[in-house]
Amino acid sequence: MTVLDHPAAQTWPPDAHAPRRDPAPLLPDAEPVRILGTPALGGLDPELLRELYRRLVAGRRYNQQATTLTKQGSLAVYPSSTGQEACQVAAATALRPTDWLFPSYRDTLAVVSRGVDPVEALTLLRGNAHSGYDPYQHRVAPLSTPLATQAPHAVGLAHAARLRGDDTVALALVGDGGTSEGDFHEALNFAGVLNAPVVFLVQNNGYAISVPLAKQSVAPTLAHKAVGYGIQGRLVDGNDAAAMHTVLTEAVAHARSGQGPVLVEAVTYRLEAHTNADDAGRYRTPDEVAAWQRHDPLPLLERELRALGLLGDEEVAQAAAEAEALAARMRAMFHVKPELDPMSLFTHVYAEPTPQLREQAAQLAAELAAEAEAQQEAAAR
Amino acid sequence: MTTLAPPATATMAQALNTALRDSLRADPTVHVLGEDVGTLGGVFRITDGLAAEFGADRCLDTPLAEAGILGTAVGMAMYGLRPVVEMQFDAFAYPAFEQLVSHVARMRNRTAGRMPLPITIRIPYGGGIGGVEHHSDSSEAYYAHTPGLHVVTPGTVGDAYGLLRAAIASDDPVVFLEPKRLYWSKADFTPDAPVPTLGKAVVRRPLSPGGGSPATLLTYGPSLPLCLEAAEAARAEGWDLSVVDLRSLVPFDDETVFEAVRATGRAVVVHESAGFAGVGAEIAARVSERCFHHLAAPVLRVTGFDIPYPPPMLERHHLPSVDRILDAVARLQWEQ
Repeated sequence: MTVLDHPAAQTWPPDAHAPRRDPAPLLPDAEPVRILGTPALGGLDPELLRELYRRLVAGRRYNQQATTLTKQGSLAVYPSSTGQEACQVAAATALRPTDWLFPSYRDTLAVVSRGVDPVEALTLLRGNAHSGYDPYQHRVAPLSTPLATQAPHAVGLAHAARLRGDDTVALALVGDGGTSEGDFHEALNFAGVLNAPVVFLVQNNGYAISVPLAKQSVAPTLAHKAVGYGIQGRLVDGNDAAAMHTVLTEAVAHARSGQGPVLVEAVTYRLEAHTNADDAGRYRTPDEVAAWQRHDPLPLLERELRALGLLGDEEVAQAAAEAEALAARMRAMFHVKPELDPMSLFTHVYAEPTPQLREQAAQLAAELAAEAEAQQEAAAR
Repeated sequence: MTTLAPPATATMAQALNTALRDSLRADPTVHVLGEDVGTLGGVFRITDGLAAEFGADRCLDTPLAEAGILGTAVGMAMYGLRPVVEMQFDAFAYPAFEQLVSHVARMRNRTAGRMPLPITIRIPYGGGIGGVEHHSDSSEAYYAHTPGLHVVTPGTVGDAYGLLRAAIASDDPVVFLEPKRLYWSKADFTPDAPVPTLGKAVVRRPLSPGGGSPATLLTYGPSLPLCLEAAEAARAEGWDLSVVDLRSLVPFDDETVFEAVRATGRAVVVHESAGFAGVGAEIAARVSERCFHHLAAPVLRVTGFDIPYPPPMLERHHLPSVDRILDAVARLQWEQ
């Protein structure tokens, strides 16, 4: 008698070990989903496509203006999403107003696309506040600086919404580097186990600061990471705005209908450096950048829409004018220096300040009063 | 003629269980989550029966991943729920440390008060139960050093109930440290006693007039019964010790502490976590800064050694003892 003949082997696996799904439907697409240049493009709403184009143009101008503001000293730092605008824009257009967006630090364009004022979206990077916007107004969580730590928040919020009977979906944005973090994996696992209506969008832009994807993961694709957690993985061309919008919209609908979470990997490229403080020339070649510039999401969409007759010189000029107006508004808003009250340092640490904080607040108030008095005396002299 | 019902007796574990049950009953937004909290009722049975009464959604068995548990609780709190997280053992909470210090402690501040996180993080902590490595850490200093968190630890059965109710009702995150060696301590217990305010210390043993040379023991959580025992033993040595139970490390009740120390001029801080850069150092510094002219001797500390928590067969040498407290009290005869 072998072990396989033993009666216990006949009932293997026992119930406690017998969840599991067929992995085949969870596997990501063999190639990134593309819609531009395919017959599927004709099936999309022309007005949606024109809207995506306008938003891409505005997004590109937004990135350029924000980078310029760092050179002028109006922004402390800016991690550009130039080249990734299709992902950022689709992250907003795929959601309903009642859904939630969980952005990371490179996702200010997604935040602005959701309706948040550009200045408020950039307060963290400007250095005057950690989060300038009210998360509940547009249902956008504060920008998360620690990588992937916002992913479990998205799971918890989606879970709570479902418990309360709401059909809210949460969308968490993570970079390729973020997929190496433990919180990313815990979030995927929790989402699967709780069947939480959450979508994870990985913007795979090729580099975690300077470390290329090859040193980050040897998975077939990042989307494959979904399968081990029993959730669906999708692979999409992140520079194809039509594909991004379509795949994310499908993922959100999948999650909303209770079929489970989805992990979407958008294959894209960071055309600029990690931030204005980074020197990308140290770790990548001009040839590589040039190759991706030929796959820039903006001309890609423009060419297709012109070919279909959905876009003409007039619409292109109008989109450029709208983008220029946004940039002008940003310059005007950033020209005004924010007035910061030092006493606000103590206001929101706790609902009620501790006795120790009250003492420290009194100390700062006294220092400020002495400073003001010294200034008055200096002015009088 | 009315007869008073005799007060019921309960263990600290039962008092905590009652506090969770009463909180779940009182407020439908309260949700308990953690590893083993459901069917098993927690490894210490603190959540016993809650899943049966309130359902698996309100007492949720989660996957085994502390960052995931606390991170999920953050999202739940963002959506208006009031999560109560169980961390199972002190050193098991460290994987969630990033969520705690990078998000839980900061979200109210980050959003200028728009997104408070009313999360209670229950952590059974401390030694004295013969636990193997990672089951006996006293991690209060890590949490007390992080602005934005309340840090609370009960030393009595009554406080276990009252402080946990208060922690769950708080609109701010509370790290609720449960002294696991006191889980089976018993006392009279009336759950309808007034809920204490977080941030108030209490004098557990006042001075008795003519009771001997006075001094003050400052302590909390697992070391409270030890200090009361030491105070009793000190009477034979001619010392009259008052014992202050801090109850809340953040916020810290300076006034009760300063008043008690000024009354005696001598103080010993007692806790079982490592002394170096520990909570006792902060307390000694505060007392020295504010009570200097009332002090007849330096503020002393009786703490665990500055070592990783030792294996069970050696832990009695590490932990503060009555003898060690009495030795410190003897050393307070600075000027005499």
